[in-house]
Amino acid sequence: MKPPPFEYYAPSTLDEALRLLRDLGPDARPLAGGQSLVPMMNFRLVRPRYVIDLNRIPNFGYVRLNSDVLQIGAMTRHREVEHSEVIKNQWPLLAEVMKHVAHVQIRSRGTIGGSLSHADPSAELPAAIAALEGTLILRSHSGTRRLRPHEYFMGALTTAAEPDELLVEIQLPTLPAGTSAAFDELSRRRGDFAIVGVATVVKCNAVAEITFARLTFTGVGEKYFRAHDAEEYLVGRKATSSVIAEAARMATSTLDPPSDIHASSNYRRQTAEVVAERVMARAIGQQGVMV
Amino acid sequence: MTIRHAITVEINGRTFQSEVEGRRLLCDYIREDVGLYGTHVGCEHGVCGACTILWDDQPVRSCLAFAIQADGAKLFTVEGLAPAANELHPLQQAFTDVHALQCGFCTPGILMTLLALLKHNKNPTSDAIRESLSGNLCRCTGYHNILTAAQLAAERMAD
Amino acid sequence: MIGASIPRVEDKRRLRGVARYIADIQRPGMLHAAIFRSQFGHARLIRADISRARAMPGVVAVVAFEDLNGVGPIPMRLEPSEDLYRALQRPLASDRLRYVGEPIAVIVAENRYLAEDALEMIELEVEELEVHVDARSASKAEAAEIHPGVARNIAHRFVTETGNIEDGIASADAVLEEDFYVQRHSAVPLETRGLVAEYDEAREMLTVWGPTKVVHFNHGVLAKLLDMPPSRIRMIEVEVGGGFGVRGEFYPEDYLIPFLARKLCRPVRWIEDRNEHLKSANHSREQSHRLRVGYRNDGRIVAFDDHLLTAMGAYIRTHGATLPTMAAAYMPGPYKLDNYRCDAHCVLVNKTPAGTYRGPGRFGASFVRERAIDMIARRLQLDPAEVRLRNFIPTELMPYSTGTMAFDTPTVYDSGDYAKQLKRALDEFQYQKRKSWCREQRAAGRAVGIGMACFVEKTGGGPWEYARVEIDTSGEVVIYSGAADVGQGVETVLSQIVADTLSIQIGRIRVVHGDTSLVPFGVGAFGSRSTVVGGSAALRAAQDLEKQLFGFAETALQADRADLSLQNGSVVAKGGSSIPYGELAALSMPSSARDLGIKPGISAEAVFHVDRMAFPYGVHLALLDVDQKTGFIKILKYLIAFDVGRAINPMLVKGQIIGGFAQGLGGALLEEFAYDDAGQLLSGSLMDYLLPSCIEVPDVDLVLTEESPSPLNPLGVKGAGEGGVVAVGAALANAVCDAFEGLVDIRRLPLRPETVLELAQAAKQARRGG
Repeated sequence: MKPPPFEYYAPSTLDEALRLLRDLGPDARPLAGGQSLVPMMNFRLVRPRYVIDLNRIPNFGYVRLNSDVLQIGAMTRHREVEHSEVIKNQWPLLAEVMKHVAHVQIRSRGTIGGSLSHADPSAELPAAIAALEGTLILRSHSGTRRLRPHEYFMGALTTAAEPDELLVEIQLPTLPAGTSAAFDELSRRRGDFAIVGVATVVKCNAVAEITFARLTFTGVGEKYFRAHDAEEYLVGRKATSSVIAEAARMATSTLDPPSDIHASSNYRRQTAEVVAERVMARAIGQQGVMV
Repeated sequence: MTIRHAITVEINGRTFQSEVEGRRLLCDYIREDVGLYGTHVGCEHGVCGACTILWDDQPVRSCLAFAIQADGAKLFTVEGLAPAANELHPLQQAFTDVHALQCGFCTPGILMTLLALLKHNKNPTSDAIRESLSGNLCRCTGYHNILTAAQLAAERMAD
Repeated sequence: MIGASIPRVEDKRRLRGVARYIADIQRPGMLHAAIFRSQFGHARLIRADISRARAMPGVVAVVAFEDLNGVGPIPMRLEPSEDLYRALQRPLASDRLRYVGEPIAVIVAENRYLAEDALEMIELEVEELEVHVDARSASKAEAAEIHPGVARNIAHRFVTETGNIEDGIASADAVLEEDFYVQRHSAVPLETRGLVAEYDEAREMLTVWGPTKVVHFNHGVLAKLLDMPPSRIRMIEVEVGGGFGVRGEFYPEDYLIPFLARKLCRPVRWIEDRNEHLKSANHSREQSHRLRVGYRNDGRIVAFDDHLLTAMGAYIRTHGATLPTMAAAYMPGPYKLDNYRCDAHCVLVNKTPAGTYRGPGRFGASFVRERAIDMIARRLQLDPAEVRLRNFIPTELMPYSTGTMAFDTPTVYDSGDYAKQLKRALDEFQYQKRKSWCREQRAAGRAVGIGMACFVEKTGGGPWEYARVEIDTSGEVVIYSGAADVGQGVETVLSQIVADTLSIQIGRIRVVHGDTSLVPFGVGAFGSRSTVVGGSAALRAAQDLEKQLFGFAETALQADRADLSLQNGSVVAKGGSSIPYGELAALSMPSSARDLGIKPGISAEAVFHVDRMAFPYGVHLALLDVDQKTGFIKILKYLIAFDVGRAINPMLVKGQIIGGFAQGLGGALLEEFAYDDAGQLLSGSLMDYLLPSCIEVPDVDLVLTEESPSPLNPLGVKGAGEGGVVAVGAALANAVCDAFEGLVDIRRLPLRPETVLELAQAAKQARRGG
């Protein structure tokens, strides 16, 4: 399983990379961590004529708090995101999700930008970024675009990035103070792609009413799913097990997940509801409310 | 005509200068161009972990990188572990003491993963050891003795 | 040394990364092969256009079937029934493609990258044909024949019968009728297959690196297929990354690569990639059973009738009818089945051909049998342990003939106390206490359960094994063995046996195996026989060597035989004088030997013949918790009690059991070769064929006993390689059914979470309904 031949470029600046993308056209693929791209190339499922290695571009991986906004460079390795103190403290959802991303060796090389731009329907990061209402910054040689998750993720392995555009940064707004987050997934083995995964961020007030709710899913469709209806339902209601159950039911009732050899559509839908309930109960529990 | 790129790679403290095709996988380079066959190739799609090496002290799947990307990098493979021809590294010694290998094909990759773990965590819990090895498959041992060996090595190395 | 858990002699080189596996072998001027394989499940091959491939850069040769001089099919090694000849496989496809992965052409190029580039240039013209991936539908009257003339795709059928089934059924109080199915899965060792072949044109000698398992047999096959004298071929086994039955059989590549080396007069290397491995190395395990079990109200089984379909694959390979033979011969397990019948079929399907994989036929047979027993226990509201105890073969009846046959040998259990083993296992497991605990937990709404499975394994098969032990002039002992090393530690075990006999340190012993030029005869490593048969041969040879040492020492030390003993590498006389083995070896050179009037050299050969198997036995017990909302299983406790007769190296035996358990777990829960209706293999990568990682394999409590040594060999040993794997599917399935209090029944593997969730929901329904 050797990859087909390609021309290799290793630009040393972002500008150079963008120029190459523009000049070489759609037969060019950017190479970030390689943990998704190289297996596909080894299987010859993907055969770029030109590979533009982004790993030589300095200052492309970083985790920076810039007033209220967390800026993560696209080439930040998963490992760095996993161990970042500021992320652990202020965006714990992201830190928790990282534990489910593949295995330690993948996280050494894999990057957040690479994973997001790969847009696997069962990947954990898109659902996390969506739950955190992150912004994806894309750059091309002609300009910059800022996209919301629903604008960026289009479908299975498909994003809104043009062939000459690169995802360069992910920005996460600060969450309201006092939120709790939880993520969990079902997978056949540790580190495999999720059969279903659910991310949630919640906040309750002093009388156990839910004042803030985000709920996203992975593995349930062509891309992540954000359960806006369920979120609206939750806000203002008392956090009880039946409220959580109803929210989980609402969120998953319209899902039509894919079937594959690991799980059927029906199984994914049913367990999405179960995992959503459990994950919400855990997050709410962290708020000090027992459901 | 195939373009070849000049690369300089440090492996186990020695510097190698070579010319490689862009698509040459790092695992093939280490094995066949440099002659270090201890790193094994089990799947070529990043699942089994047999090809795990250390790249700047981090465990990495060498089947998922191109050799050219390692230009200027510091790599470490299983051949660098034993301090001398008749001496074993404590990790290796622990492995043989408690029968943590059978066919040995997965072993170099596992040793590299554990070496990285112990570099950053001198006193890992058994859960931490298990978590770190989740990406290294073994088909012979059933893992039990590997986990025991890792714990034993950690204790010995901490002394 | 015997009985000591010493570290292995094989370890150091493997730990240091200097052990040489097949992909590490380099030969000057070596070329690299890549194999063009069928992407069709079943098709008529009209034309394969290799012209563009031939013209690709770096390509030295491309061969297809017409270049093979009409080479015959690969012969069978075991259970070679007449009617199976119709479905044997030739090294390359000629006019029909019968499974995805079937080799069609071979490209040889300067490196593997270029060879794979050229693979993409081969164009096929085919006419697709009807595909069958299911044994039941493939064996219907109207199904298209995969091999012309093999009606209903049933390549072979045989019936094994003891007693009288219908009488048994008639005498039963009730009859259980159930269908069971075990999914297709296999060994998937971490190292893929590979070969390097080199032809010395000047001396007309062919060398092949990479064969293993049954090297001498393969040597003979290759000589025939290449029409070369065997003595002009040398096979050399190198380090092997796991075999488990699948690696080392004679495959198409085992002919193609040496053929190409001879044709091109350049060394040729072929290293299988993972995708290839999953679709071309032997598959295994897939069985469908239709069971009729007659039983009495006290749980005694009075009739056991099995209609078995083994989904072989598109061709019959070297194992012939071994898979169903194993299932049929060993289905009775530890139970006294006076009326037993197995009507067994080898069914051809458009899938990768099947062969033996650790505990062949027996993983499925154990599943079926142990599930049936639990079903009976449930119906009679008896404890499943009690039903087993009532059906065990009593130890007083040993040696016990089951009435079945395999490999032309009647199945006769040599020794064993099954009741004692079960009781011991239940005790260690704290069965009663845990049963109560489960009841309490279930009352509180949890789905926790205990499952058990008993098994008898077959090991130490013959017909023989060869060993030669020699001592060189430095005193180094060399054991030449016909056994093979697939990673299991055979070098260490043989060394321990010889070290004991010759009173010498392990470090002074070297083992040579798998080299046909150095070891003249050999049978090999399969069916857990290396210690039993290989070890016994080494023991005998060492004992003969002992005599020679004494013989020489009598003269050298001028002492009486009665006053001599072996101590730490020397022969020592009562008086105090001694002579190290190395010096005796020097004295044994032809000149001095002639003077002494004895045969030169310190070297002894032995062939240990055995025509009966040795039967270790044991119990698996599982306690697990089912997540009733997701179907995920958490194993809370797992215990394996295994009697191996005698353990030469207990640490290695335990390693075999745990390793086997992990594979059994994979087979029970995770692993599957899934196919679609067009015969496309859906599990073509390790992301889809799921091998258990350390997270999925729980700790196992092992109870290793040596209660029932085998009377069949001087060591008393029984093989330990397969006991860890065969009963896992059964134990886990029984535990899940117990978790649901028998409201649902499991008849199929694997136990995917989705499957278990359906069971949980069915159980919930059943509780509501009743």
